[in-house]
Amino acid sequence: MYRYDEFDERFVRERVAQFRDQVNRRLSGAITEDEFKPLRLKNGVYLQLHAYMLRIAIPYGTLSARQLRQLALIGEKFDRGYGHFTTRQNLQFNWPRLRDVPEILDLLADVEMHCIQTSGNCIRNVTADQFSGVAADEIEDPRPVAELIRQWSSAHPEFSYLPRKFKIAVTGAAHDRAAVKVHDIGLRIVRNTAGETGYEIIVGGGLGRTPMIGKVVRDFLPKGDLLAYLEALMRVYNAEGRRDNKYKARVKILVHEIGIEEFQARVEAEFAALDRTTINADREEVARIAAYFAAPPYEKRPAVSQTYQAARAANPAFAAWADVNVTPHKAPGYAALTISLKGIGAVPGDMTSEQMRAAAGLAERYSFGELRVTHAQNLVLPHVAQDDLFAVWKALGNARLAEANVGLITDIIACPGLDYCALATARSIPIAQALSQRFADPARQREIGPLGIKISGCINACGHHHVGNIGILGLEKRGEESYQITLGGDATENAALGDILGPGLTAAEVPDAIERLVEVYLGQRNTGEAFIDTVRRLGIAPFKAAFLQEIDHAAA
Amino acid sequence: MSSAKLPPLPAILLANDLLDGDVVFRTATGWSRNPTEALIAQDTASATALEAEGRTAMAGNHVVDAYLVDVEISDAGIPVPRHFRERFRILGPSIRPDLGKQAEFPAIRDAAHD
Ligand code: SF4
Repeated sequence: MYRYDEFDERFVRERVAQFRDQVNRRLSGAITEDEFKPLRLKNGVYLQLHAYMLRIAIPYGTLSARQLRQLALIGEKFDRGYGHFTTRQNLQFNWPRLRDVPEILDLLADVEMHCIQTSGNCIRNVTADQFSGVAADEIEDPRPVAELIRQWSSAHPEFSYLPRKFKIAVTGAAHDRAAVKVHDIGLRIVRNTAGETGYEIIVGGGLGRTPMIGKVVRDFLPKGDLLAYLEALMRVYNAEGRRDNKYKARVKILVHEIGIEEFQARVEAEFAALDRTTINADREEVARIAAYFAAPPYEKRPAVSQTYQAARAANPAFAAWADVNVTPHKAPGYAALTISLKGIGAVPGDMTSEQMRAAAGLAERYSFGELRVTHAQNLVLPHVAQDDLFAVWKALGNARLAEANVGLITDIIACPGLDYCALATARSIPIAQALSQRFADPARQREIGPLGIKISGCINACGHHHVGNIGILGLEKRGEESYQITLGGDATENAALGDILGPGLTAAEVPDAIERLVEVYLGQRNTGEAFIDTVRRLGIAPFKAAFLQEIDHAAA
Repeated sequence: MSSAKLPPLPAILLANDLLDGDVVFRTATGWSRNPTEALIAQDTASATALEAEGRTAMAGNHVVDAYLVDVEISDAGIPVPRHFRERFRILGPSIRPDLGKQAEFPAIRDAAHD
C-alpha cells in the first residue's frame, strides 16, 4: 500500500491544524457561517438533516486493516458505532459533532487518512476497480496511476477552484468495475498493437441532472505523458467550463455543447503547447509510487485448492456463497473475496464498528492486512488463499457478514436519501430494504442471477440509478414521496442509461412493480441470458407493458 | 436582510446547533433540542418575531440554517411538521428508530405517528 512520505505527512497535519484553528475561530464568532462553510466543506464536513456528516477519503478504495480499525474506533468514540460506505468508495460518519472534528482528523492522520478533496469544486478522490492488482482479467494495476493523479491534483493551485466538482475513475482491466464511463474522466489502461501499455482517456461522462456516457478523447496516450495531458484537459475545462450556471458547469456539458471533436482539438492544442517535461512525473517518482503497490509475498500454491473444492462439495451454503462472492485472482491458489454489506433488510453500505474490527481481523489473518471498498458499497478481502476461504466464510457468518448475494438482486446500491441527506427529495434506504426483503429467498436470487438495482434519493444520482439495470429515483410528487423506475441502465464497459418506464410509484407499489419486471425476464430469457441482456434483446416494450398494466389497474 | 415569504401557519423555528449539528428548536426562553418544547407561532406577528430570533441566533453564532416550518398540532398539543422532509428531520432516520430525537423524545414519535 502507499505510505505517506514526509511531504504527505506534513501536508495532512498542517491541514488538521488549520482546520482546528478555523473551527475555533468559527466558535468564537471571528468568522461567519458564510466564511466557514467553504472551509469545512474542504475538510469533508457537511451539514445534513440531523447532524454534521464527515466524509473520509479512501483513495482508490484501498484500505489497510489498521485504517479500518481506526475507523471503527472513531465510529465508537465520536459517532454512533457505525459508518456508511458510499458509491465513491468513501466512508461517511453521520453524527460527528463539529467540536470533535479536529480530533477525528488527527486520529485519521495517525493512520494516513484525511477528508481533503471529498467536497468542493476540485478533483475529488480518485476511484478504482476494487480488484486492482489482483483481477485475473487485468492488464496492469491502475492504483499507481491513481496515486500519481492524487498527488498531482492534491491542492493543485490551478485546479482548486474549478467550475464544478471533478471525478476521475481508473481501471486496468477489460471488464469495467469502476464505472469509468460515467465519470468526468475515465481512464482505462490499454495495450496498443506494439504491445505497449498506455491510457485510453474517456471524458464527459456523469450522472445527476443530465446523465451522459463519456466519450473517448484519446484512444492511446503514452504513459509518460499522462500528467501533461490531464493538465491540458483540465485547462480547457477550467477556462471554458460554464461558471454561470451550476447545472451546466460539469465537463460533460462542455463536451456536449462543443462536441467531442472540438473538445479533443482544443485539448490537443493545449497539450502541444505545454512544456511536457516540467509537468510529467519523472520516471523515478513513478517507480517510487509503483513500488508501494507491489504484490504481497504470496506463497506458492497449486492453481486449484483441493481443500477449497472439498469444502464446497461438503457444504452447499458455502458453495452458494463462494459462487457469487469469490472472484478469480492473478496469483495461483488465491482468490479475491467480496464481503457483502447488503444483509437482507440491512442498510446498504452500513457497517458497525464491531463488524469493521471483525473484517480488519480477517484481513490481518488472511489477506496481508489489506481490504478494498467497492463502488457498490461492499468490502473486499483481496488476497485470500483458496485453502482459507471456508474459514473466512465461517468467521464472516459470525459477524453477520456472509450474505451470499454479490451482484444479485439484493446487492442493491442505495444513497443515504432522505433518512440523512439534506438534498434528498425522498428516502432511498427503505426502498432498498423492502426490495431486499421481497427477494430474500436465496434460491430465487440465484435463479434470477445478476441484476443490479440502484437507488437515488434525488436527481443528484449518488445512487447511480441511471446506470442500474433497474434504477429507482426518489422524487416528491404532490407532497408525497414518489419513485420513478428506469430500465436497461448499465455501469460497465457496455455503459447505458436506463429508460423511464412510466409514471412515478408510491413506495408501497415499488416491490410489486419490480417483481413484474423480473417476471417478464424469467418468462422470456434465453438459457444463460442475464437480465440486462434480455432487456437489450427485447427492448423495453414488454417490460413497459407489464409495468403499466398494473398501474392502469390501480388507476381504474 | 428582509424576511422571506412566511410559510403557512402555525409554524415553529428550527435550526442546527453550531457546535453539535443537532437539530434545535426555538422555545419561549431559548433553544431546545426537544421538538415538543418548540414555541408555536399562530399568527403572522409571532412568526415574524420567531424568524427574527433565528437571524439573531445565526448572527450570534449559536445556530446555523434557521428557518420556519409549518406544523400541525397533535391532540397532545405537540407541533408536527406537515411536510415529510421536516417530519424526518425532527424524528431522525426512519430506518434507525433507535437514533435521533424519536429515540430520545418518545412524545414526538407518538405525535408524528398519530
Ligand atoms: S442522490 Fe441526492 S439524496 Fe442521494 S445522497 Fe446524493 S444528494 Fe443525497
